[in-house]
Amino acid sequence: MPRNDRNGAVAIGFHLLFIAFILAPLVVVVLVSFTDKGFLAMPFGGASLRWWWAIGDNPRFLESFWFSLQLAFVTATLAALVAVPAALAIVRFRFPGREALMALLASPLMIPHVVLGVALLRFFAGLGLVGSFVALAAAHLVVVVPYMARLVTAALAGLDPRIERAAESLGAGRLAVFRRITLPLILPGVAGGWTLAFITSFDELTVSLFLASPSATPLPVRLFTYIDQMTDPLVASVSAALIAVTAVVLVVLDRFYPIDRLLTGERRA
Amino acid sequence: MSASRFAPAALSAPAVLALGVALLLPLGGIALLSFQGFDFDKGIIPRWDLANYASLATDSLFLEALARTFRIAVIVTVICLAIGVPEAWIIHRMAPRWRGLMLLVVVGPLLVSVVVRTFGWMVLLGGNGLINQGLRALGVPGAPFRMMFTEFAIILGLVHVMVPLVVLAVWASLGRLDPALARAAESLGAGRLTAFRRVVLPNIMPGILAGALMVFCLSASAFATPAMLGGRRLKVVSSMTYTEFLNTLNWPLGAAIAVLLLLAILAVTLLWTRLVERRALRRLGVG
Repeated sequence: MPRNDRNGAVAIGFHLLFIAFILAPLVVVVLVSFTDKGFLAMPFGGASLRWWWAIGDNPRFLESFWFSLQLAFVTATLAALVAVPAALAIVRFRFPGREALMALLASPLMIPHVVLGVALLRFFAGLGLVGSFVALAAAHLVVVVPYMARLVTAALAGLDPRIERAAESLGAGRLAVFRRITLPLILPGVAGGWTLAFITSFDELTVSLFLASPSATPLPVRLFTYIDQMTDPLVASVSAALIAVTAVVLVVLDRFYPIDRLLTGERRA
Repeated sequence: MSASRFAPAALSAPAVLALGVALLLPLGGIALLSFQGFDFDKGIIPRWDLANYASLATDSLFLEALARTFRIAVIVTVICLAIGVPEAWIIHRMAPRWRGLMLLVVVGPLLVSVVVRTFGWMVLLGGNGLINQGLRALGVPGAPFRMMFTEFAIILGLVHVMVPLVVLAVWASLGRLDPALARAAESLGAGRLTAFRRVVLPNIMPGILAGALMVFCLSASAFATPAMLGGRRLKVVSSMTYTEFLNTLNWPLGAAIAVLLLLAILAVTLLWTRLVERRALRRLGVG
């Protein structure tokens, strides 16, 4: 590579400031979680793990953690079941209403989450389902479907339809073609979409806030309402645990599915 | 084949059913609710008029929140573009082994809950927070400064949440750019900045414009960050909707606010898309 492709000193300086800005709030949270004080303080005057142990003494946070895991699992799986067939229809067929279907699948991205939250609150209140797992799963499904649809559609569009036709001409039925040929080939896209849907659901706050109940409280809602009342280092240790888990997931995920492709739906970037 | 005529309908049925029931019906319901009345004793009154919208048009608190919402969204979008576009370009020019790592560092926080990220800013910005402690240790006159519960805090928090999206959008369009382009410009004597401004920038403009729209819409509809960093008094439209629904319990009025927010976002999206399309046509010499 020619030397003039490199960044200059100013560019490197800007980049370091940018990285510092991005990481500052996360690093601070992790540091504060190791304090030995009863209030938000840096651990330099005295460090301890007491606030990490405190997570175990607060069953409500653990309850919400498990609840969020289940919710994210169900949401991501439902999203795959709904989006994969729809993406097949969009990529493999030309039919009236195809554009409308594409717009419908992408539309939740344009709707403010507060609006979605109040609309679903009103809707599920009428059905007596506010505070139920079903209501939260349906709400999260709406939120994550666009991501899933985008990644699966991109995966399908990159697939040579002649492979499927070859299998069909050799006598494979439609279902067999899908199960044995199409699905394995688009699996990276589906898996990437599933992971992104899982993470998005796990992190979702605003819509959940309207639909949660004491017995059905996802972790971000638990954290948000806790912070609303008080901010002690317990918030920091729970947050730091979430940051740690996300970091591990991110590094592992990046090996299999580069993060920029996951988030943009681009086939190559 | 007769089967393939029905195949698209069968394949799209689950998605249409799910989004029809859990998205379109509720949105329709909230639009209808916004025309109804409310009484603190009797609850929702079945009447149909524009009274909620009329009262919002003269409600100084709402108008103030509306102005604040869009002011913040514009400022956040401008800042995100100003720092996100150069950052994407810098990462793009890095050696491959750094590129992947730096992209991961910049974009990775997108996968951490907004509550966690915003809490970090609460720790940093508080009256007794780290920034103020540092300023006092340095003997800066006037410290500690009041930063929490200000528009400054909301803007800072939102820029932090949104700027990775700009980097990502620009990064994607840089990936589609022929690397020889910038090099050709530079070899013809253009300075690094000129090559970026005259050759690279026009090519990545679609990515920048798409990123700008996304950041604007998400900032205008953001809830968690303004609620946590702005406190109870600095209301934006989202937090106002929240209050009407979960504290005041005037659902019809809250519904009217929600409908207005949605319409505003949709209007901006449509106008922006039209503008961008017209610009693209002009560049092709058609319009």
